[in-house]
Amino acid sequence: MSTINYSEKIPNNVNLGEDRTLQRALEGWQPNFINWWDDVGPDGSTNYDVYLRTAVSVDPQGWAQFGHVKMRDYRWGIFLNPGDANREIHFGDHKGEKAWQDVPGEHRANLRRIIVTQGDTEPASVEQQRHLGLTAPSMYDLRNLFQINVEEGRHLWAMVYLLHKHFGRDGREEAEALLQRTSGDENNPRILGAFNERTPDWLAFFMFTYFTDRDGKFQLSALAESAFDPLARTTKFMLTEEAHHMFVGESGVSRVLARTAQVMNELKTDDAQKVRAAGAIDLGTIQRYLNFHYSVTIDLFGADQSSNAAIFYSSGLKGRYEEGKRTDDHVLKGQTYKVLEVKDGQLVEKDVPMLNALNEVLRDDFIKDSVAGVGRWNKVLEKAGIPTRLVVPHKAFNRQIGALAGIKMSPEGRVVNEVEWAAKKNEWLPSTEDFAFVASLMGRVVEPGKFAGWISPPVMGINRQPVDFEYVRFG
Amino acid sequence: MDMAVEAGVIKQHLIDPEICIRCNTCEATCPVNAITHDDNNYVVRADICNGCMACISPCPTGSIDNWRTMPVVRAYSIEEQFTWESLPAELSPEELEAAGVAAGSGDETEAAAAPVPTQAQATAEAAEPVFNSAQYGATVPPWSAAHAYTNLFPPKSPTTATVVGNFNCTEAGFDSETHHIVLDFGVVPFPVLEGQSIGIVPPGVDAIGKRHHARQYSVASPRNGERPGYNNVSLTVKRVTEDHQGDPVRGVCSNYVCDLKVGDTVQVVGPFGASFLMPNHPKSHIVMICTGTGSAPMRAMTEWRRRLRKSGKFEGGKLMLFFGARTQQELPYFGPLQSLPKDFIDINLAFSRTPGQPKRYVQDLMRERAADLAALLKDGASHFYVCGLKSMEEGVVLALRDVAKEAGLDWDTVGAALKREGRLHLETY
Ligand SMILES: Cc1cc2nc3c(=O)[nH]c(=O)nc-3n(C[C@H](O)[C@H](O)[C@H](O)COP(=O)(O)OP(=O)(O)OC[C@H]3O[C@@H](n4cnc5c(N)ncnc54)[C@H](O)[C@@H]3O)c2cc1C
Ligand code: SF4
Ligand code: SF4
Repeated sequence: MSTINYSEKIPNNVNLGEDRTLQRALEGWQPNFINWWDDVGPDGSTNYDVYLRTAVSVDPQGWAQFGHVKMRDYRWGIFLNPGDANREIHFGDHKGEKAWQDVPGEHRANLRRIIVTQGDTEPASVEQQRHLGLTAPSMYDLRNLFQINVEEGRHLWAMVYLLHKHFGRDGREEAEALLQRTSGDENNPRILGAFNERTPDWLAFFMFTYFTDRDGKFQLSALAESAFDPLARTTKFMLTEEAHHMFVGESGVSRVLARTAQVMNELKTDDAQKVRAAGAIDLGTIQRYLNFHYSVTIDLFGADQSSNAAIFYSSGLKGRYEEGKRTDDHVLKGQTYKVLEVKDGQLVEKDVPMLNALNEVLRDDFIKDSVAGVGRWNKVLEKAGIPTRLVVPHKAFNRQIGALAGIKMSPEGRVVNEVEWAAKKNEWLPSTEDFAFVASLMGRVVEPGKFAGWISPPVMGINRQPVDFEYVRFG
Repeated sequence: MDMAVEAGVIKQHLIDPEICIRCNTCEATCPVNAITHDDNNYVVRADICNGCMACISPCPTGSIDNWRTMPVVRAYSIEEQFTWESLPAELSPEELEAAGVAAGSGDETEAAAAPVPTQAQATAEAAEPVFNSAQYGATVPPWSAAHAYTNLFPPKSPTTATVVGNFNCTEAGFDSETHHIVLDFGVVPFPVLEGQSIGIVPPGVDAIGKRHHARQYSVASPRNGERPGYNNVSLTVKRVTEDHQGDPVRGVCSNYVCDLKVGDTVQVVGPFGASFLMPNHPKSHIVMICTGTGSAPMRAMTEWRRRLRKSGKFEGGKLMLFFGARTQQELPYFGPLQSLPKDFIDINLAFSRTPGQPKRYVQDLMRERAADLAALLKDGASHFYVCGLKSMEEGVVLALRDVAKEAGLDWDTVGAALKREGRLHLETY
């Protein structure tokens, strides 16, 4: 087995060089990780030098170092935000006690489950995106895709570090299993549904990075409040990187909209077929993609009532989004929250104990954040003088998890029967034909400064480089 | 110091709400908590942001890198920024002029605020509550300062100067040598005062093909010239041979300047700076605290006082100097400094890397001289100047604060008076 100088090869601030046990564990895992990357990482990109942002330390300059790097040689590292020795648990039943540096025995199983679930999503998105490099609409976009991929890879490291460091043999086995499951694999799929969906094209990719990586932001934020200090510090650092993923999604869809609006204005038409014929993606298709990714993503927050959520919160494992900024008692006993259910063919609200509704609380925070961003997309249309607006579908639309699972619902939130659903499904969700059309636009454009016809160039380049900078050098 | 705050003008740091994705990275990064948000926007507090640039490269969108030249009194409040849907336009030259800002100072501050990008200490500070030394720096000159001209040659129209002198003013044989450069402006008017700086535009273009931006250098000569009666200025320029992390790198402009030959011409912009100026009234005391090339303005002030004294025109105020360098060999002007009379200037040298001796920094010396400094802090005629490496600023201001406290003074009152009366000036880079 190769001996690796971890402090050099793997930048870390966890004193890897001095922790023999951890070092051995990672030495066993590292080659398998590289194999995984080679097998299911970005297709056909082995020789590319990509202009990547690499973290070499957690300070602002250290974690945002830019330069051309072969992805395989990316400095996969382990970074935790600086700790605060006096940090206190600030919610749940242990409120006011000192944060834990080790896993308390009674919470071991739950913590491991949380970490494994989070860790499982990271390699999954790399797998889901592996073929997208072959249809990138520009060199700039190709670079952004790869940036996301390497960071997802590193976030996997972050979770594997926690498993190895704090969960002994179980942890090592779980870490191994993270590399064995594969997105969409019938026999050994990823844990969460959305991470087994295909990401067939770049519009789907942008929607995924906008909505699904935003789920990541909220989950990581909730974990960043954890009483288990190493988890809180790890996820805090991951959050700083996650931002780039959402950026790719938000700006990606904006640029698609800008291009569509431009074509609509040039042709003076809002006819979807004419827009398509001109090589742009019509707004209806964009809305249907949005409906799909939004509804699949809000399922990721879990059932609207969950005793696990209550346990995770009360025992201090997982807080709420921006827990520290909230002004309630941070214990939440005896409080209630409104969730939706269907009664007599009607959607109604009912009060349930707040602690059991924490998934719904997090989902609602996510919804608020997503809707604000959709508002920014609409500004693009507004500026171009296009009257159409995108909207997020009703929270109950197309849900597969929780009390709303399987209920047929229009995007506006009207309960519909099977017949209407079947008739309208293709108006509400992307149809086979929509996918085929979008797929037909996906051709590879990788000359510096050139862009596929269905997307506008970005407002500015990465790290203040020009838009036509050579972001990827093909080996 | 925050160079942006000159003559009541700031380069206000703003976030473009049309591009920002509200990801919170900047807020999590900013070492001084200058960034905050509401449901609508992420915004920067103008009174807290010190332009350290720590937030720039972590921002995934580039929306954070927006700067507007604003009269301090009209700086956008965060409440105003919360309502924005897009960035307001730059104020027009007329609007700026109307607000008392000289035309072209936008460019001036651009050169001045050009990222001094690394600040490793930012992170160390991030964990603890941060003492914001920059907030004590004055934005007005002392009342008795002479009138300064600024921006006679803005970056868009530089002037040309001829090199008439260039020699190493540190001990020979050190890579990190510091040069003393003399530039002559011929018949072109280029009036400067001690404490001002000028910009040098290095020839050529940067990595992305843009013309190099001007680098600023403090004037090291007094107002009547390095050679009295000639239209010339001197500079103290240290070769940059490594970056702030200690990795080898050849600084673009400093090496260009250090390699100039007598007779070469250079492109110059400026002058800049209207607050880091020396007091002129005879009772004024000057406390100078500097490291390395931060000695340039101190040399200028000292030399002006020396000339005045020689001509019998100046009777009074004290001069006190705290000067730090790694070693004696690296201390610019070490020889000439030694020959100044003791009753003229009180010199305190701190060396941080003298083999076999404990490290000493300027703030250590200041604490040792607490009794004398306390007396000066109590005297309304005292003026404090801090210039040199950014990393010294906080330690120095903290030392001043502690000296004041130990002397039973209320630092909040003293600090506020120093700032208000233009008696504490910070210029670090
Ligand atoms: C108001 C003001 C007054 C100044 N006065 C003087 C002066 O009197 N004399 C003087 O020599 N300089 C002075 N400077 C600094 C000067 O403007 C340049 O920043 C410096 O000469 C480096 O420029 P460069 O082009 O050589 O390096 P660049 O090519 O700009 O930078 C190269 C690398 O060196 C790093 N770097 C930049 N400056 C330093 C530094 N000082 N120490 C270590 N690493 C650095 C950068 O981070 C970068 O990685 C002043 C700056 C300001 C803002
Ligand atoms: S420039 Fe520095 S002080 Fe200003 S907002 Fe950014 S990180 Fe904060
Ligand atoms: S880091 Fe950039 S994109 Fe993110 S919130 Fe701050 S300004 Fe906006």
